[in-house]
Formats: sequence, structure tokens, C-alpha cells
Amino acid sequence: MATNPLVGVLALQGDVVEHVAALERAGAQAISVKTPEELARVAGLVIPGGESTTVMKLLDRFGLAQPIVERVRGGMPLWGTCMGMIVTARDVADMKQPTLDLIDITVRRNAFGRQNESAEVELLIPALGRKPFPAVFIRAPWIERVGPSVELLASRDGHGVMVRADNVLGTSFHPELTGDPRVHAYFLSMVEAARAQGKASSAA
Amino acid sequence: MEQKSTGTVTVKRGLAQMLKGGVIMDVVTPAQAIIAQEAGAVAVMALERIPADIRAAGGVARMSSLELIAGIMDSVTIPVMAKVRIGHFAEAQVLQSIGIDYIDESEVLTPADDLYHVDKNAFTTPFVCGARDLGEALRRITEGAAMIRRKGEAGSGNIVEAVRHIRAIKDAIAQLTVSPKEELVARARDIGASYELVKDVAEAGKLPVVLFCAGGVSTPADAALMMQLGAEGIFVGSGIFKSKDPKKFARAIVDATTHYTDAKVVADACRSLGTADAMPGIDVRKLDESELLATRGN
Repeated sequence: MATNPLVGVLALQGDVVEHVAALERAGAQAISVKTPEELARVAGLVIPGGESTTVMKLLDRFGLAQPIVERVRGGMPLWGTCMGMIVTARDVADMKQPTLDLIDITVRRNAFGRQNESAEVELLIPALGRKPFPAVFIRAPWIERVGPSVELLASRDGHGVMVRADNVLGTSFHPELTGDPRVHAYFLSMVEAARAQGKASSAA
Repeated sequence: MEQKSTGTVTVKRGLAQMLKGGVIMDVVTPAQAIIAQEAGAVAVMALERIPADIRAAGGVARMSSLELIAGIMDSVTIPVMAKVRIGHFAEAQVLQSIGIDYIDESEVLTPADDLYHVDKNAFTTPFVCGARDLGEALRRITEGAAMIRRKGEAGSGNIVEAVRHIRAIKDAIAQLTVSPKEELVARARDIGASYELVKDVAEAGKLPVVLFCAGGVSTPADAALMMQLGAEGIFVGSGIFKSKDPKKFARAIVDATTHYTDAKVVADACRSLGTADAMPGIDVRKLDESELLATRGN
């Protein structure tokens, strides 16, 4: 059925309702995802901002890590913001933190500093046009290494803060905390493209 | 050069938004902070004594030693919060200077000012403050609080005050949403809050900042109760490290907070505790007026 795509927001912890609202404003239907059954219904998944150590533990404890990895390797679009990008990265610099290893990047946690260094920055993202994006960084990570399959979409002070590799998108910052819908629209276009190619079809 | 602004309302409120759905645990040593992080806490509150012990010790309770706070900051990767006395802006300046992630202007410590709270808008570091009702919450937000927690009665092991405070706040917000516009000025006057904020809350049906529950949570079912009553996350003070098995209690409360609407998960969390006892509780009605912490501040 040609309805708006159903996009999930991982709801183990973090700023879930902000992403649900932003996705709906951008034209998607959105639900929160806490169980493998809910995951099976969605055509794309957002992992929101939150605490990466907490969410990795909860993904394992509640049996969501493996189903997410399988869906994304099968072509389902995934977007991680801040914590979400850390969780999807290949590895974390100078830490033994486990991750889902869904995009070939190395991230450094809290790289821009603790909370006093959290900031709003006008960020140039060529893929979204010439108008700068109001990027909100909160105890944010940066991308220290980018693998050959990964496209760097934006940098701040020479450090990568937005990447894409095929069906996986990552941002160090929080578009869901601003009124600017462009990154959510960009992700929805990834979901639409995957759906057109028949990649994102769920088990249902 | 990039245009960059730190300490904005968006980034101060934003960190609290990232903590939603999570559990923030009181810890008094780096070892406890590591246990909290391992259990899945989203942040820790660094302090010298947990509220139950402050209550037992009496005397004047102040900001914790910086050595202790710094040791805890070095031991974990999750955000670290610490408490200052109500109105003690110099303690807050000190905590900001050492890079603490969040400052709790807390009634659990002995108030330094019996009339005024800290002007929190003047700080880059965000503040969380306690509130018993909507008027108190909105006064703190006007002063710059970027997060509100219900006061509950800290260190009591008794959930009744936290339930009373969350119901009071939720009911007052619900009432505002159905009030005709011409009544809002009088409502603002009645609860002692700014008209602008009262109007915003009436339109949005919620506070403009994240609202956590605190004071008296000691079991997984307590956490699920508070989340179902509308808390966006949980502070646990004495409930974990005053229990018989802190590791198990910490994890069980995290699990119940995450899946608060799924009684099976909450039941599993309760079952995981076996026969380990929760912290002993206090009947809040039997506390003397002078022993109540929640009535501090205005």
C-alpha cells in the first residue's frame, strides 16, 4: 500500500518523543520501538540521543541487538543521532565499549567536551543545500576514522560529525531538537528509496 | 570561524532530554559509580552521604568534597551531577568551574538562603531543581532550571510524597489546559508563577523542561508506578545502596523503568531480587516537621 512509510524510534532510553514528532512533521508515520515485534513492523529505524553505555546494555538484555543488525544488513535504513551513532559505529576510540558495528567508522565519545562545552553551531552540510543547519551538540562524539565505504557529509573544526554508508546515516548532533526538518527529510528519502527497491520490507 | 554558542537554553534542557527514560543514581564512591554505570544508569549524582545517612547524621549538610566529586567524574563516562545548597551560588560557581555536567540545587542539603534560590540563568552548567507543585516548578524554571524533579521525601524509602507531588503537578497542568484564556492571569497569580510560562504550559499541556521523579523510590515496582504516573525518568537515592544487594537492585530498577508498561518485565525485575530486602522505610507522617526535607525552598 502506498502510504507514508512507518519509521521506528528505538525507545529503550533517550529523546524518543522528540524524534517521533520530528518524523511526523517531515511526513512519516512514527512509532516507538521497544520489542523485536515492533521492530519487525517498521521500514526504517532511528536510534535517538541518550546514553550509549546504557542503551547497549539494554539492547542485549532485551534481545534487540541481533534483530536490528539483521534488519540493517538486509537493507533497512538506520539513522543514529549522537548516542545512536556511537551504538552503530564499528568501534569507540580508546574504549572497549561494545557496539553493533553497522558502519565502518571509529567514534570518540564526549570528544567536544563535557556539558559546559555543549553548543549550538551553524553547520554547513552540502548535501542539504547552502543554508547552514542549526546543529545542537550535547556532550557530543566526533568521527575519528572513516572507512573507504563511508561518505563524510559534514565536519566541525576538522572533525567528522555526519556520515553515510549506503543505508546507514550517523550524526553527532541532534536535528530532533531544532525546528529544521531537513535531516529527517533526508533520512525519509533513504527509507523511500529502500522501499522502492524492495529492500526494507519487514517480516510482516 | 564557526559560530558557536554554549550554555544556551537548548543545550541545557537538551542534556536532560537525553536522560529521559533512564535512572540517575546517588553514589558516594567511584566504586559505586561504576556499579551504577554497569547496571545501566544514565547518570550519577556524586555526594558524600546518601539522603538516608544525611537524615540520620543531622547537622549541616553541604556540597561534597571536590576530591570525591572529581574521583567520580574520572571513574565513569556517563554524566555526573552534584548538589549545592539552596541559594548557595558560590558552591554552584565552584562546581561549574570543575566541569560538572549538572548541578542539583537540592533541599537534601541544608539551605544556605531561606528566601532566594540561585539565579540559574547566569550559569553555563544546567541545573535541576526539586518541586512539590506546579507553581514551585515554574518559579524554578523562570530562575533558569533546565530540569525539574519531584521532591518526594528523600531518604525515606517511602513513595507516598513522590506520588503526591507528581499528581499535584499533573493535575495542575491538566486544569490549565482546560482553563479559558482570561483565567490564566489569575491562575498565574494563584500559583505564584509567571504568566508567560503558565500560558505556555496551558498550550503545551506539559512543562517546558524534563520532569523526573525523586525521593522514595526503592523497588522496581516503585519505578514503574512513577513512570506510569507520568515521570520522564527516575532519581534513586538511598534505594540502591541502602538495599541488601545494590548490583541487583540497580539493574532491576533500570529494567523496570525501561519497560514500565510491561508488567512481565517488571515482574522479572522483582523476581531477580530473590529475597534481598529493599531499604527500610520511614512513615513520613511520623516525621517531625523539622525533619522534613521537601518543605525546604519556596
